[in-house]
Amino acid sequence: MLLVDVEKRLGDFAIAAKFEAADGATALFGPSGAGKTSIVNMIAGLIRPDRGRIVSAGQTMFDSATGQDEPPHRRRFGYVFQDGRLFPHMSVAANLDYGRRMRGLTRDGGDFGRIVDLLDIGHLLKRRPGKLSGGERQRVAIGRALLMRPELLLLDEPLASLDGARKHEILPYLLRLRDEMAVPMVYVSHHPGELRHIATTIVRVEAGRVTGTGGPELLATADADAL
Amino acid sequence: MFDLTPDEWTAVHLSLRIAIVATLVALPFGIAMAWLLARKEFWGKTLLDGIVHLPLVLPPVVTGYLLLISFGRRSFIGSFLAEQLGIVFSFRWTGAALACGVMGFPLLVRAIRLSIEAIDRKLEDAASTLGANRAFVFLTVTLPLSVPGIVAGMVLCFAKALGEFGATITFVSNIPGETQTISAAIYTYTQIPSGDAAAGRLVIVAIVISLIALVASEWLARYAGARLHGE
Repeated sequence: MLLVDVEKRLGDFAIAAKFEAADGATALFGPSGAGKTSIVNMIAGLIRPDRGRIVSAGQTMFDSATGQDEPPHRRRFGYVFQDGRLFPHMSVAANLDYGRRMRGLTRDGGDFGRIVDLLDIGHLLKRRPGKLSGGERQRVAIGRALLMRPELLLLDEPLASLDGARKHEILPYLLRLRDEMAVPMVYVSHHPGELRHIATTIVRVEAGRVTGTGGPELLATADADAL
Repeated sequence: MFDLTPDEWTAVHLSLRIAIVATLVALPFGIAMAWLLARKEFWGKTLLDGIVHLPLVLPPVVTGYLLLISFGRRSFIGSFLAEQLGIVFSFRWTGAALACGVMGFPLLVRAIRLSIEAIDRKLEDAASTLGANRAFVFLTVTLPLSVPGIVAGMVLCFAKALGEFGATITFVSNIPGETQTISAAIYTYTQIPSGDAAAGRLVIVAIVISLIALVASEWLARYAGARLHGE
């Protein structure tokens, strides 16, 4: 369970978002520029909110009242960025192993093999990110975030940089992730079609504010934009 | 024809030693300064940036003189270092290395800073979400990705150190076997009537060393670039 209640002023734009994300996949859904990425960055600890609280599984990550602010590396939230952000100077294998090494976790061969199989990236391990296709890159990015054994997975438009065919290539992996890994997910997207497949809860974000929380019916208004 | 005399060899050895030591000792400071200027905002940053670049724009003799007043035997810093740590700069090869390091420092910082500024900070963010604290973000992402700039900076600093003349001669004089580098030796030989042949030989040595450094840096930069972005 993730509890988010944050306020942040970014120039002329103000974010005031409050929502809860239960287990399963919670979607932050809304038009581009609604502040979804900024909210996720606050959850990850990359942006500091002006005011509010972020609590994950009973642990306070940020609380402006007490001044508590855990740095990103201590929050243990896996983050899959829109643009992948694989380390160009490391092999795919080293990218995948990065979180485990930084967190000082022991190597768990079973875990590694299972996630590599799940994402079908075993044949890419020796390559450099520069030699991967967009779809392969995003799969590796997802694997990298999972292999740090996160308590929560943040996905910011993980399919946005891909064309239609590539999206359909990754979508099944994300579904398996949700159903097999049992890691709660916060999934940012402005594509109702994508979310109809993945999201279990929808949080609608417009102009920096949460304007609705509920099931897939919240997606109904924007069918034309479907995947 | 091309036999260097022992004195000339001494100047060549000394030059290489001074330039290498100057570059290697300046390197960690250069990386730290470049990172600070590239990644941090703080009060007095413009001033610090200016001070770092000062040796580039000041007449070298002025830099040498400033070193003489601050690191000479009788100066506060100089006497402190000599008494407490046993490090003496004045009229020693170490002083020549200090002068060369100071002169090469702006070039070193500039190249590394540009390289760090070109690194996508989003990669550093990604590393921090994966559990890397700030030190590890620097060591595993920032530093390896700035290797091309570090190589370029080291070559520039080495070349500057090898050719340094004004600051060195002002600070530690021109003592054969101690502070007389190739440049100083060439200058000295040109001042004596029979020195043309010796000066000529040292000029050729200087050209060869510079070319080797240039080719090596080109090769290293290409190798590092390939390691960073592919293969």
